[in-house]
Amino acid sequence: MITRLSAQIVKELLSYLRDPRSRLTLVAPPLVQLLVFSFAATLEVENVELAVLDQDNGYWSHEMIQQLEAASFVSGIRFVQSPDQLTALIDRRDVLAALRFPQDFSRDVARGRPAAAQAVIDGRRAYAGQVTLAYLNQVAANVGAGIHAGTTVPPAAVRHWFNPNLVYQWFIVPSLSGLLAMLIALIVTGLSIARERELGTFDQLLVSPARPIEIIIGKTVPALIIGTLLASVMISAGIFLFRIPFTGSIFWLLAAVMLFILSMVGIGLVISSICQTQQQAILGVFSIAVPVVLLSGFVTPVENMSEFLQLVARVNPLTYYLEIVRGSFLKSLPPSEVLENAWPMALIALVTLSSAIVIVKRKLQ
Amino acid sequence: MTAAVDIAGVVKRFGDTTALAGIDATIEAGRLTGLVGPDGAGKTTLMRMMAALMAPTEGSIRTAGCDVVADAERVHALTGYMPQRFGLYEDLSVIENLRLYASLHGVGEDEGIDTTFERLLHFTRLEPFKARLAGRLSGGMKQKLGLACALMAKPDVLLLDEPSVGVDPVSRQELWAMVQSLKADGMAIVWSTSYLDEAERCDAVLLLNDGKLEYAGPPAALTSRLEGRSFLIGGVTEGRRQMLAEALERPEVCDGVIQGDAIRVVLRPDGNRSNLDGLAGQYGGCIEAVTPRFEDAFIDLLGGGPGGHSVIAEKMPPVTIPMHVAVSSEHLTKRFGTFTATDDVSFDVGKGEIFGLLGPNGAGKSTTFKMLCGLLKPTAGNATIVGHDLRHAPSEAKVQLGYMAQKFSLYGLLSVRQNLEFFAGVYGLQRPLRRERIDEMIETFELERYLGQSPNELPLGYKQRLALACSLMHRPAVLFLDEPTSGVDPITRREFWMHINALVRRGVTVLVTTHFMDEAEYCDRVALMYQAKLIALDTPDQLKARTATAEHPAPTMEDAFIRLIQAADAEGRAAA
Amino acid sequence: MSSKPATAGFSARRLSALVRKESLQVVRDPSAMLIAFALPVLLLFLFAYAVSLDVKGVRLGVVLESDTAAAQSLAAAFAATRYFEILPARDRREVAPRLVASEIRGFVVIPQDFERRLRSRTEPLIQVVTDGSQPNTANFVAGYAEGVVSSWLVARGGARNAGVMPLRIEPRFWFNPEIETRRFLIPGAIAIVMTMIGTMLTALVVAREWERGTMEAVMSTPAGIVEILAGKLAPYFGLGIVATLGCALISILLFDVPLRGSWAALLLLSCSFLVPALGQGLLISTLARNQFVAAQIALLSGFLPALLLSGFIFEIDSMPAIIRVVTYIIPARHFVSSLQTVFLAGNVWSVFLPSILAMLAIGSVFLGITARKSRKSLDT
Repeated sequence: MITRLSAQIVKELLSYLRDPRSRLTLVAPPLVQLLVFSFAATLEVENVELAVLDQDNGYWSHEMIQQLEAASFVSGIRFVQSPDQLTALIDRRDVLAALRFPQDFSRDVARGRPAAAQAVIDGRRAYAGQVTLAYLNQVAANVGAGIHAGTTVPPAAVRHWFNPNLVYQWFIVPSLSGLLAMLIALIVTGLSIARERELGTFDQLLVSPARPIEIIIGKTVPALIIGTLLASVMISAGIFLFRIPFTGSIFWLLAAVMLFILSMVGIGLVISSICQTQQQAILGVFSIAVPVVLLSGFVTPVENMSEFLQLVARVNPLTYYLEIVRGSFLKSLPPSEVLENAWPMALIALVTLSSAIVIVKRKLQ
Repeated sequence: MTAAVDIAGVVKRFGDTTALAGIDATIEAGRLTGLVGPDGAGKTTLMRMMAALMAPTEGSIRTAGCDVVADAERVHALTGYMPQRFGLYEDLSVIENLRLYASLHGVGEDEGIDTTFERLLHFTRLEPFKARLAGRLSGGMKQKLGLACALMAKPDVLLLDEPSVGVDPVSRQELWAMVQSLKADGMAIVWSTSYLDEAERCDAVLLLNDGKLEYAGPPAALTSRLEGRSFLIGGVTEGRRQMLAEALERPEVCDGVIQGDAIRVVLRPDGNRSNLDGLAGQYGGCIEAVTPRFEDAFIDLLGGGPGGHSVIAEKMPPVTIPMHVAVSSEHLTKRFGTFTATDDVSFDVGKGEIFGLLGPNGAGKSTTFKMLCGLLKPTAGNATIVGHDLRHAPSEAKVQLGYMAQKFSLYGLLSVRQNLEFFAGVYGLQRPLRRERIDEMIETFELERYLGQSPNELPLGYKQRLALACSLMHRPAVLFLDEPTSGVDPITRREFWMHINALVRRGVTVLVTTHFMDEAEYCDRVALMYQAKLIALDTPDQLKARTATAEHPAPTMEDAFIRLIQAADAEGRAAA
Repeated sequence: MSSKPATAGFSARRLSALVRKESLQVVRDPSAMLIAFALPVLLLFLFAYAVSLDVKGVRLGVVLESDTAAAQSLAAAFAATRYFEILPARDRREVAPRLVASEIRGFVVIPQDFERRLRSRTEPLIQVVTDGSQPNTANFVAGYAEGVVSSWLVARGGARNAGVMPLRIEPRFWFNPEIETRRFLIPGAIAIVMTMIGTMLTALVVAREWERGTMEAVMSTPAGIVEILAGKLAPYFGLGIVATLGCALISILLFDVPLRGSWAALLLLSCSFLVPALGQGLLISTLARNQFVAAQIALLSGFLPALLLSGFIFEIDSMPAIIRVVTYIIPARHFVSSLQTVFLAGNVWSVFLPSILAMLAIGSVFLGITARKSRKSLDT
């Protein structure tokens, strides 16, 4: 049995890695994606274009504009002379937000009355708009602080644990390691049985003494090796290339990576054992991969979702893995917490892999 | 006679490989011209160029009077072309496919389109299936529909690329008759094929080999060169395979095949018949001169068939199994829902026997075959391999069987050596033994120079050798062959059967499904399936004898096949 | 025998036969129906319910070290806001492990000397600790926590604190006053769906024709290459339009997204987008001729860029300059910004026209390359 099994594992590995072109298609896209997405997939807001309609032309409006020009999130300010021009800039999406200082803005400040500048924000980009508004409020608070000495103290002292400067890449790179390794594991296993079926080699396997459980193990181990290696490379890139602090235990993280890949391999093999053709398998992988990514807390936090979808997220291995990998990088996640998130993945792997075996067995009927 | 296609000095190169090296030929109107040759000879390339789908690298082709490069659009209008796997839209019904091609050819603008359809449907006998999706048609019906589509525009030139591959003898005969009847209108028909009995019936043949035109002219003229060189040695009861192997080793013998209880031998031009007499006498057979057939001439023209010596048989120890019945099928039945694919089929296959499973498409032979090698679980009944019940001891049974699929199912992403390693491993061969067996296979099948390549890049003959090597690595007692030589040229087919014959002499049992009637002749016994039932089980000669009539005293295997099925149909009607 | 009609040139009859054939196939092929209708609905629902950038109900620990009335009242203010879901605690050691375990996204500490700080106002009143491992949420937690304290101070209305906010920004969110992210995500999602139908489906079906040998049969008929390609594109063009209108209806009726522009503008934009999307699919299949490779390329060059580089979720302005340049050659980028405008803002032709021109330009490049690559010949 060991001989039979190792023959299948070697065969599977060779069929991914023998040909330099297939080796490249397996390794290059995830790494390129890691580089591109780690820069592109950011929810930070920078390089904001603003418009200003200064009807006040007083000291305080100038003060504020100066501070805005110096602010790091602003890339440029366009001065307009009329509300119509301002509307046009917003409509055309040339600027994200526009500030209007009313005529008596500086006078109000001087008289000690609360002065208000109007901000018009493009609701088509509501998210970036909200972040920008928060920045604008900060600038206003800073300028305002100069008016009444004595109230310079902010109401709350904020500290960001684990990532004091809120570097977005510290968040995205560890997550991408899971996401990209998962996609490869899913594609590789999702197509494997379907491809053998189309080429006729699956019949060849079924007439051999290899049993369904051996066939599934023979397909699991190579995908596990490839997925784990890929995830490890990307985790190393996070540590050494992006210089993200790694505070947890490498050992526990690797164990979690393997469990995670195992659970995705299980899902991939279930898809593959059901599908008759590669086209079906491609569609199957696609229809599984998109919800897995969206319902994992990768793009937006799980707690923002509806109650029902939060339940769905609980049977999603990626949710648990993201918790572990982010924790291991930044939060020195203790082993007890790793275990807490690991057992659901183990359960998913167990269920999916045994279903794949059962399905392969039943296809022999 | 006018030339329908004029081929002048045509050369076609793909990168570094030369597919066609200087062809000059003419194809006459009102005739059926066979385009014959082994695989890779350049048949399809020539077809595509005649259909103006490819341009010759050098030289020129005029199809229906138009140059295929300068006037490609006109060529498309004047020809009907049926590619190898005809491009039917499987999601479209028969009539929808016809409508599409009618519109594409601009048919029906001046004449009543419905009359055209009626004529074609009637001609191809597809009327009852008008509304059926093309994907649900049998292989033979698909080809007929393809023909109907190609005939849509009443073409001057009809190009058919291997129209009879994968089609059972009954449908093949119908297809052939249809095409024959088209000649009367002055249509030029080109039919490419690797079935040589078809080539024999063409008005003219173009014989291609390795990109060169080896012969052009009527097949009879080629066959007549062989006059006095073809012989049948009959009356050999025991050891006819041994005799064939010996005969093939003789220098004066050019070609030899098994034909039922007899063997057919072709001598080389200078060959002496007297040596052959000696061989026949040795086995107690009697020798008789027969009329040569096209296949004899074909093999002769290509330099003769392979020898009769198989290293594999020498290396392999005789199979020792403790029983006389190697495979047994007891009341095997398989139902898919309400449809019964195999209905109560029983037979035993003796040790060292070649057992053929024949039948038209959809008769249930491949379902039966799959149940016997454990790819399908029977609804009722039992299959045993060397005494092991496939249901209760699948692994033990599977160790005893070797399997070679129709499509040479090898791993294209692995090298030849890695494929060998894999199949040795998956059958549980351990290290020193594995090494030994692999080396043995490499030597036997001369795979040495291909070891690092992918099986996909191998010439077809070597692909087949590799597939056989992979299925023999664990020395199985029973070998399952599923249409092993479908689409393979006669020379490669001979080499393959040479190995099979040698294995059988070593006691290996062989089960084979096939569409080739000359392959059926190799079998000791043949089981004919029709409509899920076993309708005949006998030796090839007995089956032929059974269907002999006063008009046809010596039916071929194909005639026998067709008549047995017609008889079953008649019986079915009488019962109903 | 040779008196055949001239075949050169374009035939409307052949084209319509090809279109009819393709449409029948689409209707009968379950996987095409899946891509065209089931997947879009699934994606739309996912983007509507799973991807939400709205922050509400974030779990926040409130460590109350002081027992005074003022401290209690501030804690109550935290509990009252819809942004937070409160986990009360007495000691920060209770909540710190929960932050590690991601059970809460941050905590605030109302210190023992809160009363003194409130009187002197020389130090911050409270401390806010966030989970920086999720920077986006951390920012929101910090911002809203500060907001709660400020409003609380204003509400206390103490004369001493009258000048807490001498300068205010009065925000007005145009087009989307309720600031629902769904309203701008859904139009973006439609662009993703259209990319999928246009690029992926087209790439797959054309590759399938090569695989099954039907392309060879059609090429041997008098139909010209333009007719063959146009016959392929037209049904998917129609399918794309139907799918867009379907998605638009779902968005308007189910997800409450307004359509402030006109249906005509929406239709025009969709048509313009389908040109590059279909062109890309056609180009991929001409190069690949194999379903598996075609699907992979379509995924990598069509779907992922549309998802990540179109400005649909991730703000293009925040990307590095080089990536920002790349986004201009992605048709979805132009489509997303126009769709958001036509749904939320109205008919702003100054946004539409440049986008339409850009999409048509990209499309004609794709189609131009395709036409050059695919002559009516099997020679490669």
